[in-house]
Amino acid sequence: MPLSTEGLDVLVCIKQVPDVTEMKIDPETHTLLREGVPSIVNPFDEHAVEAAVRIREALGGKVTVISMGPPQAEEALRQCLQMGADEAFLISDRALVGSDTIATSYCLSRAIATIGKCDLILCGQQAIDGDTAQVGPGIAENLSLPQVTCVSSIEVQDNRKKAIVRREIEGGYEVVECSLPAVFTVTKSINSPRPPATEIRGRQVRRLGVLDINCDPERIGLKGSKTWVMDMFPPKPNRRGVNAIESTLPAAERIRLLISGGLRERKGDILTGCSLEQVAAQWVNHLANWGLSRVGTP
Amino acid sequence: MSIFVDYTKCTTCGICGRVCPFGAVAKREDGRPVIGDTCTLCGACENACPTKAIVIDRQDAQVDLSCYRDVWVFVEQRDGEIKRVSLEMLGEGKRLADKLGQKLTAVIVGCEVSHLGPLVGQYGADTAYILQSKHLASYTTDGYSNAITGLITTRRPSVFLFGATSTGRDLAPRVATRVGTGITADCTELDVDRNGQLVQTRPAFGGNIMASILCPNTRPQIATVRPGVMKALSPDPSRACRIESWDIKIDPRMVRTKIIETVKLASAFRDLTEANTIVAGGIGVGNADNWILIERLAKALGASIGATRKVVDAGWQPHELQIGQTGKTVSPQLYVACGISGAIQHEIGIREAAKVIAINNDPNAPIFKIADLGIVGDLCEIVPALVQALEER
Repeated sequence: MPLSTEGLDVLVCIKQVPDVTEMKIDPETHTLLREGVPSIVNPFDEHAVEAAVRIREALGGKVTVISMGPPQAEEALRQCLQMGADEAFLISDRALVGSDTIATSYCLSRAIATIGKCDLILCGQQAIDGDTAQVGPGIAENLSLPQVTCVSSIEVQDNRKKAIVRREIEGGYEVVECSLPAVFTVTKSINSPRPPATEIRGRQVRRLGVLDINCDPERIGLKGSKTWVMDMFPPKPNRRGVNAIESTLPAAERIRLLISGGLRERKGDILTGCSLEQVAAQWVNHLANWGLSRVGTP
Repeated sequence: MSIFVDYTKCTTCGICGRVCPFGAVAKREDGRPVIGDTCTLCGACENACPTKAIVIDRQDAQVDLSCYRDVWVFVEQRDGEIKRVSLEMLGEGKRLADKLGQKLTAVIVGCEVSHLGPLVGQYGADTAYILQSKHLASYTTDGYSNAITGLITTRRPSVFLFGATSTGRDLAPRVATRVGTGITADCTELDVDRNGQLVQTRPAFGGNIMASILCPNTRPQIATVRPGVMKALSPDPSRACRIESWDIKIDPRMVRTKIIETVKLASAFRDLTEANTIVAGGIGVGNADNWILIERLAKALGASIGATRKVVDAGWQPHELQIGQTGKTVSPQLYVACGISGAIQHEIGIREAAKVIAINNDPNAPIFKIADLGIVGDLCEIVPALVQALEER
């Protein structure tokens, strides 16, 4: 496949996911209700596509989007074309069913190796269904590329051999210089993705199967997965809360805690219909009674 | 397990010898490399070789699982100070090791960190492995992954836990992929089943469901662990551990990322999992402009700032501040919840807060069931009054 001779060739890995904010648990069977939940481009991946398109706008080059998924994931890739991506590939194959992040990373890295040399690979920090953040580093390792995760800004240097990025860490950020090609996973702080408004105009999503990308069958799908999900259940109240019921509480209170499944209810004062002065006074009193008066003092 | 040099591809460039952290590559008279006994199969040379002449075969390593023993904990440190999550994992790791009838090992990577050896012993470790180099002072993917992979291959742990921090979530999947083993992210519960397998439980689908995961056929079983959930042991100053130390040779040219600057944000954006006081805002704050109220209250309290998932999804605040099932779990002395309804996915993240104060317009909001003090009303009026009361003290 011909690559552009100047500018940066950026490849973005995306995933189609269910909109988890719309998901519910069936109150009777306690199973996940997936029907009717819309499928969307993983929100973090939208930021990655936007970042890639902006790099092309600044420096020239090409944006390729790829995804590993079922046939319906084509819709997500089309949306990325509508955001301005130049090319899109869907890697879809029955042999890929049941892949964990190790198998997925392997498949995507084989696809990238097949599609052609790229200068930069972008992924969303994590997918909102799995929330693992493991595939980006997995791809980087498989391709022996450097990686930077939690990236909130990218500046490609003039010589296109390096990038300066911001990496979010606890309590702040690092400014990191990284050689290219590399894999970056991006956070939502990096940009505001444009709506999918560009006309696709003849660009199509191309399909690839495992034979097209030369996958070792031992390393994909269920066979290539090293982790197995053995149980799924709705979030339960923390059993630790039940075990730690204070023996000083009255019996009725303890029974109530046990029955409610250990939800740590507290018997606090609830102020309703009070004046602001009364509220402020209660606030200061409670902090004092709890020994927290010193909070905020230098 | 083996390492093989394809001399038909080798150009005698010598990069393999330069990047080897363990000094295992010798040069023959004809300039070609010979891999010696100190090779740990860390993969540094395989990754660096420009002609892919070096190949490591890891497949047959996974056949006999019984030679993998013990629970390892990656001890994360910054500037020589241990992160709280590492102590929590040592507490949990000790519990798991006891259940397995095996030992707990702490793995410490950095520069000038030998003082941490005795410390991890006090928190439950039976052994401490300390890997040091001046090029490991700060975390880099290349530096740390090479050092740790080498240790895994030579010492063969059954379980390896990392904190689900920015470092752990960068390092653990890289190491797992290189070693060819399974990894589970952001575990909130760990256990050992009757077959001695590690059961790894974590939230999925936005916290709507919990999944329990096994890694039955490969070792080590790698997991990243959510900060603020596991319990650290009380330090026992009489408890000593066995310490083994290595000086790792790192060729800085082969560490492909370089930290130019580290910037700490103002105290309001301190690490939530270590914060003593937190002021958090929910969607009830109303809009992004009103967020200034949260900032003012946080400043007056000297508190860190948190946010609910809805606020992060609305784009008012970054994911870093998210507290709850798919965000952070916090355990402050004081948690002030402003405009937060108190859905279970959020409640789970604040369960360990010592005291909770809630402000909400809706008297039926579930948050009031878990508040030590509840204030029903408009936070746009109430918060300024609370700030004023603090300033007048």
